[in-house]
Amino acid sequence: MSSEQQILGFNRYGVWAIFRFEMARFLRTAGQSILTPVLTTSLYFVVFGSAIGGRMSEVGGVPYGAFIVPGMIMLTILAESMSNGSFGIYFPKFTGTIYELLSAPISPVETVLGYVGAAATKSVILGLIILTTSTFFVDIRIHHPIAMIGFLVLTSATFALLGFITGIWARSFEQLSFIPMLVVTPLTFLGGAFYSIDMLPGAWRTITLFNPIVYIISAFRWCFYGTSDVGVEVSMLMTAIFFLGGLVAVSWIFKTGYRLKN
Amino acid sequence: MSPILSISNVSKTYTSGLQALKRVDLEINRGEIFALLGPNGAGKSTLINIVCGIVTPSTGKIVADGHDIQKDYRQARFKIALVPQELATDAFETVATSVRLSRGLFGRPVDPALIEKVLRSLTLWEKRNDKIMTLSGGMKRRVMIAKALAHEPKILFLDEPTAGVDVELRKDMWNLVRQLRDAGVTIILTTHYIEEAEEMADRVGVISKGELILVEEKTVLMQKLGKKQLTLQLQEPLKTVPPELADWNLVLKSDGSVLEYTYDGKAERTGIPSLLRRMTDIGVAFKDLNTHQSSLEDIFVSLVSERK
Repeated sequence: MSSEQQILGFNRYGVWAIFRFEMARFLRTAGQSILTPVLTTSLYFVVFGSAIGGRMSEVGGVPYGAFIVPGMIMLTILAESMSNGSFGIYFPKFTGTIYELLSAPISPVETVLGYVGAAATKSVILGLIILTTSTFFVDIRIHHPIAMIGFLVLTSATFALLGFITGIWARSFEQLSFIPMLVVTPLTFLGGAFYSIDMLPGAWRTITLFNPIVYIISAFRWCFYGTSDVGVEVSMLMTAIFFLGGLVAVSWIFKTGYRLKN
Repeated sequence: MSPILSISNVSKTYTSGLQALKRVDLEINRGEIFALLGPNGAGKSTLINIVCGIVTPSTGKIVADGHDIQKDYRQARFKIALVPQELATDAFETVATSVRLSRGLFGRPVDPALIEKVLRSLTLWEKRNDKIMTLSGGMKRRVMIAKALAHEPKILFLDEPTAGVDVELRKDMWNLVRQLRDAGVTIILTTHYIEEAEEMADRVGVISKGELILVEEKTVLMQKLGKKQLTLQLQEPLKTVPPELADWNLVLKSDGSVLEYTYDGKAERTGIPSLLRRMTDIGVAFKDLNTHQSSLEDIFVSLVSERK
């Protein structure tokens, strides 16, 4: 099949080119990309696992050190997915090379697959690195491994997509880091990354339930230990709704050319 | 032969209210080099960006090699490449990485041999593993051209390809454009250098204030542009042009103190020596003279005022 015929259906070379280009940036700084999560994870274990965990009993039947692992992975996944997803599309806008993407025979779906796919892949790799590092500190059981991988991928893709939207929306580097730094990271800390929301007093517990990240962390913890703060089905559904919402927003962006085209 | 690019009734009004293009109609012939001339802000880049899909037109229809650029955007864009005016590069990437990305984006399979050929033709092969940010401005422009050529376009847009480029690179660029044309690529370039249009183009379009005011074979336009003027500051003002000088169609200006002679600067005989001899013979003395060639700007002004 010639490229001309091929392009009528699906521009797979385009998707692959974006994916490869984006992954290359990650691999170029592989040392830093891998060392940072390893170091951060180790520090979390020193601070939360040993210093605080030593004074804490089990949470829901799980030793505290092991309990924080899913939350810790999510903390990195959410922030990394967003910043990678946003940077990939913001940087061409910033340098002006976006002209090429806009003039290429590539559909919005293919563009998103390339950028969001690469950002999500990086996050999944980081998540697995953190998980591996954790096994050096604590015993980890994974009750639902397939669900765990599936949820890891879905969450990475969802937040990479939200990041991608942020990257299109942002007009400056300040705006670019605004949502990951000032919205997602605080919500993750308050979303039960290092505690069970059952430990909160009644009123705070109710408030916390408005934090969507609670559902994500809770479902991810269920994949590991089979217990969860909120219903797993609700969590999965919420995350899927986030993802679909992101897709709707992206298709609107490409349809209207919002902050991409004049 | 059907045109390779057909632009009909294309207008663009930006959200700021600026009307950049007013009902532009233009057909580009297959295999030609078309130069779009116009002052800054005339709408050249807007027109190019609309054809390439970067700017959405307010009205109108564009068909590229048989494909509507909006309905069949994939097939249309597959054949079109753009080298924009502004230097915009993936600064942190290597030359080869950036050029490979372009080829993939445009739906072409990986082809190291072709990439090598393109890089060599632009004398970039030695720099293929260098980060783009380490290259000079001229080299960066070559990278942008390499990116456009990497996906083997049929229609190539060069927006001000030689703006801010040194003489050597400009010559290289001209040679490259000719080679591409010989290989069957249709080229549309914008410029404000008249010599560039003269050197390269088969046809020339002039755009001003969003309107395409003229499309002409280059040879015809060059005749119009080839006109020069000789201005003579007279010692003594004249009331009328002496009948002995009637052959030169002179114009008397500035209360009779200036004589103006318009001639074809490219002609074998300009008529200047004979005019000066005849003036001496009849005793019309001058204290100063200068010649002036109509600039592109003058041509624009006259073309625009002719239309009013």
